[in-house]
Amino acid sequence: MNDVAPSPRAFAYDYAVAGCGSLRLAIGGAAAMLRASGALWLAEARALVVADLHLEKGSSYAARGQMLPPYDTRQTLSRLAAEVVALSPAMVILLGDTFHDRRSEERLAADDATRLRDLARGRTLVWVVGNHDADGPRALPGETADELSLAGLILRHEPRAGAQPGEVSGHLHPAAKVRSARGGSVRRRCFVTDAERLILPAFGAYAGGLNVCDPAFAGLFARPPLAGALGFGRVHPVGWRSLAED
Amino acid sequence: MADAGSLPAALLPPRFADWFAKRGWSPRAHQLAMIERAQAGRDALLIAPTGGGKTLAGFLPSLIDLSERPPPNGPASLHTLYISPLKALAVDVERNLGAPILQMGLPIVAESRTGDTGLSRRQRQRVKPPEILLTTPEQLALLCAWEGARLYFEDLECVILDEIHTLHSSKRGDLLALDLARLAQFAPRMRRVGLSATVDDPEVIKAWMADHAKGGNDSIDLVRGPAGAEPVVEVLLSEGRVPWAGHTAQHAMQEVYDVITKSRTALVFVNTRFQAEFAFQELWRLNEEALPIALHHGSLAAEQRRKVEAAMARGELRAVVCTSTLDLGIDWGDVDLVIQLASPKGASRMVQRIGRANHRLDEPSRALFVPANRFEMLECQAAREAIAENKLDGDPPRVGALDVLAQHVMGCACSEPFDMLKLYDEVISAGPYRALPWEDFEQVVDFVSTGGYALKSYDRFRRIVKGQDGLWRVRNLETAQRHRLNVGAIVSPAMLAVRIATRRGQGGRKIGEIEEGMVEMLEPGETFVFAGQVWRLVAVTNLDVLVSPAPGADPKMPSWGGSKFALSTYLAKRVRQLMYDQAHWSVLPTDVREWLEAQRDRSLIPDEDEMLLETFARGHRQFMVCYPFEGRLAHTTLAMLLTRRLERMGRGPLGFVCNDYALAVWAIKPLEQVDFGELFAEDMLGDDLEAWLAESFMMKRAFKGCAIIAGLIERRFPGQQQKSGRQITFSTDLIYDTLRRHQPDHLLLRCARDDAATGLVDVARLGQMLARIKGRIRHSPLEHLSPFSVPILLEIGKERSPGHTGETMILHEAEEDLIAEALQ
Repeated sequence: MNDVAPSPRAFAYDYAVAGCGSLRLAIGGAAAMLRASGALWLAEARALVVADLHLEKGSSYAARGQMLPPYDTRQTLSRLAAEVVALSPAMVILLGDTFHDRRSEERLAADDATRLRDLARGRTLVWVVGNHDADGPRALPGETADELSLAGLILRHEPRAGAQPGEVSGHLHPAAKVRSARGGSVRRRCFVTDAERLILPAFGAYAGGLNVCDPAFAGLFARPPLAGALGFGRVHPVGWRSLAED
Repeated sequence: MADAGSLPAALLPPRFADWFAKRGWSPRAHQLAMIERAQAGRDALLIAPTGGGKTLAGFLPSLIDLSERPPPNGPASLHTLYISPLKALAVDVERNLGAPILQMGLPIVAESRTGDTGLSRRQRQRVKPPEILLTTPEQLALLCAWEGARLYFEDLECVILDEIHTLHSSKRGDLLALDLARLAQFAPRMRRVGLSATVDDPEVIKAWMADHAKGGNDSIDLVRGPAGAEPVVEVLLSEGRVPWAGHTAQHAMQEVYDVITKSRTALVFVNTRFQAEFAFQELWRLNEEALPIALHHGSLAAEQRRKVEAAMARGELRAVVCTSTLDLGIDWGDVDLVIQLASPKGASRMVQRIGRANHRLDEPSRALFVPANRFEMLECQAAREAIAENKLDGDPPRVGALDVLAQHVMGCACSEPFDMLKLYDEVISAGPYRALPWEDFEQVVDFVSTGGYALKSYDRFRRIVKGQDGLWRVRNLETAQRHRLNVGAIVSPAMLAVRIATRRGQGGRKIGEIEEGMVEMLEPGETFVFAGQVWRLVAVTNLDVLVSPAPGADPKMPSWGGSKFALSTYLAKRVRQLMYDQAHWSVLPTDVREWLEAQRDRSLIPDEDEMLLETFARGHRQFMVCYPFEGRLAHTTLAMLLTRRLERMGRGPLGFVCNDYALAVWAIKPLEQVDFGELFAEDMLGDDLEAWLAESFMMKRAFKGCAIIAGLIERRFPGQQQKSGRQITFSTDLIYDTLRRHQPDHLLLRCARDDAATGLVDVARLGQMLARIKGRIRHSPLEHLSPFSVPILLEIGKERSPGHTGETMILHEAEEDLIAEALQ
């Protein structure tokens, strides 16, 4: 993971793009690596953080008569497993809305449940609870928490209003839309940060995205934030002025 | 074919004969033939040009039958069902049918039923059907998906299918054919009556509408209407001013305006909405006499379109600039000239458009073709000659789509329990599905029930369930209701409302709707024409495009001015012939002739069955330009595949550009030594094509359409939008990616692939082309660019590359912008 890209000072943001495509910067003073997968890697604590897995979203729709492909859970978990293999974390933190609804755990296929148990083997698995899964897991291993302090950061599901230095959250499913001057546009899930706080993109295969220009993000940042748009094997840092509404 | 010339007028009952006589008419031979076919109990297809009393010919047998039958004992029942591809046409026919019914005092109620029909009238129609119901394929699908559909239709005597030529080779046509098969089960006595404009091959239409369980094509008698007068078609030569490239025909606007001043009413057809806006703007700039010239296209607010139609019907307009929205439908007697601005693309569509002028058979229709560039000059001449020789290009026969079948199967279950074997027999009696394998049908039923996944985790969520009696029925009422909200085979692109921005920057009055993709070409602050005026884009919010008036500003003309219609194979062949045949060049204006001569002298003119390929260097780039004349879609696919191969050959391709006639690829390394036989070898349609397709945005777009039609994704309705799309909506792209990874042989991926291969990338045509040019590539290595290559080179930089690479490029640009901002 050698730094290859230059490290320009842009809008007072100090960042670097690592050889693996990750974006490195400091959040509330703590070193953070924003992965192209949408996960956050805190090297010091050897902690891998992912938000909004929304497992069993497909079957949640199927139960109401819309037969979305049932492969979302295994897709999400295999992407998470790939990150675990790549980084060998001591701790995996699921930052809330890990299940799409309160009955998702019951609907989980046996092999997907095994995948989840494997994640907990030999490391700490923490379920930070969210609005979709307020009670945490019933039968699956791991610790449940409302929030968590780690490496000088506060990890919780839903961002709190006002200045929250060192907060890492999910919940909003941020997405960045970038228009090209020559026509065309791209919409991608993204990290969004003002170096004080960080909001993670949704990690789940079927999770939608909310444009960071949406009023839901207003008031969360002290200054125009930096978006880290998820590209193909790379996080693209995008400045506020390049972001477009939907 | 029925001998229409020798039928006795006695086929007409006295009341009808009197009615004709009182109006000074005599029944036409094909009208009598249709009565005679009906009395023989035969299905019939009437092919006649516009203005031949075609609709009346379709209805006469029903009117006669209804006027002669004794008053029914029980409640009224449906006798004749009329299906039109257009809502407006159903309403128009209701009005036209009112006259004979009223004037003859017939005891017949004829009513239309469309999406715009009021709720109370629709409810009444379900309880107490009219004798004649005029409706659309979507409404029919809905009626067939109601409980009690069998009872509703059991006395149906006749179904009339209007304007079949516009429907049969589409998904709407698939859906209608399936519902026709359904109706035949409900009402075994039902006769089928088809009405169509002149087509290349009537057998294709017969096969679409026939009952293939009862005789197929042979069960339908063909009746031909009178041929009508030959149209008079001219090509505007614009001596000395035909441009090299472009699609706007700006050079010819004064001539077009002068022609309009000399006509009673002219229809000015263009190929895209932006061309329509542009032409409208230009004509008004020249409109010193302040002639009433109007605009009509699919993006305008419905209310505004109806106003234009009404003014047109009253004969108040001198010209209407329009797109394909006016290709068919309502009769306007006063149109005496049809002007086609820019390339006609196909002979059949032109015949339809020309038919819009002069709905009287005895007078010829007049039309004027206005080419927008030099290649289009060739195309217009070729189209003019094809029309004069009465040569039409036909739609290829279609195989019914499985996503449409899935919707239909669900509809059947919503109306009554079905037996799988019986339903299969019913489905294969419909033309587009006559060759459907049982395995595919099984797969479709499985898809409808559980989504058809290899991972069987949805068995407890089935949408349709098989009961103890072996019959399949819908799971519950709610599932049926949700299905009914999603009926239809039309998937429209996401539309945004165009609104005038208020002072507080919010959305004010709505001026129309625009496709999302069009807005993406514009930046806030830029100006564009819409609904005939110049606007400045203020902002794009959730579902609104906010604009402010910008009168006098110079509007941006989006570059993708080409047509969404591809040049037809038949017309392309004629263009190649015209180009090859030097004696023929005399029909062309001097500057175009000189251009062809320069091409002959500096490069070469290929034989008509050869493909010309030129290579030359320009700037630091090495160019390869070839001229297959197969249409933009096929060329884009070809260019993508050629680029992949050139990459593998180590030529370092950098980009490409395509239009309807040619494609240009440029690279770092010289291209003249390339083995072109190998480069254009047919095997590129194998793995290379599949690999490229799977990743392409076109597959994702096609998948979305299939997912909606098949009922995997529900349609979104305006007003039903959520506060923040985050939780409720999901992108179909995510579903596509997941499905492709875990179950690449899934039914919907198959559907999407078929759709993309036909509609979006034209694989079949590309295959025929590669076979045609095998061993016939004429390579012309050049020092400089050739006269032919100029138009395509002028398009470079106006197109953007879609897909993977394009998206990554945009993100890199944004990244560079961030760096630039930091270094300021």
